[in-house]
Amino acid sequence: MNDQIMYVNGREVKIENEENLLQLVRKANIEMPTFCYHSELSVYGACRLCIVDIEGRGICTSCTTKPENGMKIKTHTKQLRDIRKISIELLLANHDQSCQTCVKTASCKLQKLAGELGVDKVRFDKTESIKPLDLSSEALVRDPNKCILCGDCVRACYEIQDVGAIDFSNRGSSITVSPAFGKSLAEVECVDCGQCARVCPTGAITPKQHTEEVWNALADSKKIVIAQIAPAVRVAIGELFGIKPGSLMIGQIVTALKMMGFDKVFDTSFAADLTTIEETNEFINRLSKGEKLPLFTSCCPAWVKFAEQYHPELLNNLSTCKSPQQMFGAVVKEVLPEQTGIDKKDLVVVSIMPCTAKKVEANKSEFVKDGIKEVDFVITTQELASMIKESGINFEALSPESLDLPMGFKTGAGVIFGNSGGVSEAVLRYAYEKVNGTKLTKYDFSEVRGSESIRETSVKLNGTEVKLAIVSGLKNANELIRKINSGEAYYDIIEIMACPGGCIGGAGQPVTFDEGLKSERTKGLYDNDKMLQLHKSQENPYIQDLYKNLFSDPGSNHAHDLLHTSYQNRKRILHSELSIMSDNNAAEKIEVKVCIGTNCFIKKSQSLISQILKFVEEKELQHCIDVNATFCMEKCGEGPNVLVDGIHIKECTLNKTVEVINNRLSKLKTRQVEI
Amino acid sequence: MKESIEIENSMARKFEKVCQILEENKYDKNRLIPILQAVQDEERYLPEKILSFIAVSLKVPPALVYGVATFYSHFTLEPKGKYVIKICDGTACHVKSSIPIFEAIKTKLSLHGNNKTTEDLLFTLETVSCLGACGIAPVVVINEEVHSLMTPEKTISLIDDILIAEANYVLA
Repeated sequence: MNDQIMYVNGREVKIENEENLLQLVRKANIEMPTFCYHSELSVYGACRLCIVDIEGRGICTSCTTKPENGMKIKTHTKQLRDIRKISIELLLANHDQSCQTCVKTASCKLQKLAGELGVDKVRFDKTESIKPLDLSSEALVRDPNKCILCGDCVRACYEIQDVGAIDFSNRGSSITVSPAFGKSLAEVECVDCGQCARVCPTGAITPKQHTEEVWNALADSKKIVIAQIAPAVRVAIGELFGIKPGSLMIGQIVTALKMMGFDKVFDTSFAADLTTIEETNEFINRLSKGEKLPLFTSCCPAWVKFAEQYHPELLNNLSTCKSPQQMFGAVVKEVLPEQTGIDKKDLVVVSIMPCTAKKVEANKSEFVKDGIKEVDFVITTQELASMIKESGINFEALSPESLDLPMGFKTGAGVIFGNSGGVSEAVLRYAYEKVNGTKLTKYDFSEVRGSESIRETSVKLNGTEVKLAIVSGLKNANELIRKINSGEAYYDIIEIMACPGGCIGGAGQPVTFDEGLKSERTKGLYDNDKMLQLHKSQENPYIQDLYKNLFSDPGSNHAHDLLHTSYQNRKRILHSELSIMSDNNAAEKIEVKVCIGTNCFIKKSQSLISQILKFVEEKELQHCIDVNATFCMEKCGEGPNVLVDGIHIKECTLNKTVEVINNRLSKLKTRQVEI
Repeated sequence: MKESIEIENSMARKFEKVCQILEENKYDKNRLIPILQAVQDEERYLPEKILSFIAVSLKVPPALVYGVATFYSHFTLEPKGKYVIKICDGTACHVKSSIPIFEAIKTKLSLHGNNKTTEDLLFTLETVSCLGACGIAPVVVINEEVHSLMTPEKTISLIDDILIAEANYVLA
């Protein structure tokens, strides 16, 4: 078959597997400006910057047009350039141009394209009034005044994460991106992963900044400030200083943190080694009992929140292990005050994470004891870079220094946690040796590596075949869970990371619109694993010490206190209740609330409401009973759930409800009713 | 007592009705717009909580349902009045002075700022972009009834007629 060709600006270009003209034009080494095109998201065609002039057809958006044999296109005629300039000019007219003080300033695509496309003035006046910022979430800040309506965030949330916490609302000139019913992010089902911020071309959604709190702690002479650095940070921060992507910068980070005044610099990878030991033992234990399988990993707080909101039926299957960040905080706050005599109150733990959801995780009530948080502040890779710049440190020129002992010592297994598949590989390296009682000859499990959205492998543990699955992206997780629930697939252990590629693709990482960069970061972590002397968590001598001196055994009571947690169903949208039957004149009333959240809905809670209503009508009890439908009582495992005056009835039926209502009625000293 | 029971029953019926509408549409998320239309026909508007319930039932994010409900001007998230007055402000009606009619009604109904509905929930005043009846511009539609070649005076007298009819109804 002959090659299919087309002509770009008069030059021949071969058509290979390009899905659209934009990809083909870029292959021909011509940069095509765009806000709304992302190879990982659906094609949207909204920003109109990627227009091309197709001979015989006119001007079309290249992202929405398929290449055809013999097609002749022009990409940068005067007319096209003028149209692009006007598009940017119109966007800038209503944009809040506070570029100097915007956190996105160095990586803003609007700023970059305005410069590159030669927009040197804005001839139009602002027509929109200033809208309020959404500061409700600990993870993210939404600034609608900077939004250009490209829809990238909306598609990332729905297409990558299957959440859909934000969407377009209203129409025409009053269109905005917002959570349902104009609520704030903290009130809706947002899982804090920040993928919306990762794809946002402007400063309309950005990670919330916590650098000020860290500066204050560093300035306070009474405080001992220690840092933990997550694996993914070390291979990405260099990008913000012009260093080759994927370069390992851990030594320079230590030097910089010490120069800024941190007292100790430790490694979250140490805690990742600890997680490996606890989680593997938990898994082996469940496997031997044949219960609560498959085991789902729990390192990723966005996945944990997702499970708590959408998959209450799986909460028992989630590993009870805290994430490495929280394990680190718990251990440090237990060990350091004892060893050094510092008051717990004066010990400040700062996490440096590639992640926005970690900011929310650190504030969860489960991780605060007697008013003291396990982790005090969480800053992202981006924030660390800005602190380094603010300190005037010449990062590129720094000589590396080593992490502090003992909690700065890690094995390669703890480092690869930052990659999707890393947790699984670390667990395999330990489980294989522990269960089979033989040493691994080769420590890497390349089957769990790669960039496919769902990967699987199996390994023989003591003669039993154990099946693993690795997913990143919550939409992929949902697809996998569907397969498991329908019986199409079976696994023993499942690793889920919310961000595509794992933590290296987190929203706190340097902003990049180049997908290829992520694989450089991934490679950086695997290379680091190769360079380290130890590759298996169980060989970490300081972890062995920790068990000897503190926990005695994995899964011991003390280990459970410090290293494990529990989960609860969570409502997706706060404050939602539907009043079905209510009499405002009545003095004393019995309040019946029936859950109509997804789980109870499936268990026919809606027909239960009908039955209850019918009962109330038949017995003429309308004057003393209110019936409400509520969204999720956060007890999904026991559905359908009903509350009668605060008394919870699980697996509720009409008979059970009536029994409790009668009970209440007799207390209200009114008549007793029989069915 | 009897009256309040009737109110309660109507609330219960509303919920039943929403379930029935969902049932009739087979819980198909592709039928979101017909579902919203049917619910609005029933309720006269789309209450937030019913929208959340529809989203949960159809397994789509509430933000998506909210997006659709706020996109189409046919849908309203606030209760509308018993009489919905639509003033056409398409090009033909606009040229034939539809705005003075709009302003006259606004004053007559004491609607201030962006308020569209009177406090007694009797009237809602809105503009529409074109009713396709340009030959008889300017056009005012009250509920389903079309009134042609309107002036502020003619429109005010229509409203007065409604007010008298309503007063008589209450007395009766």
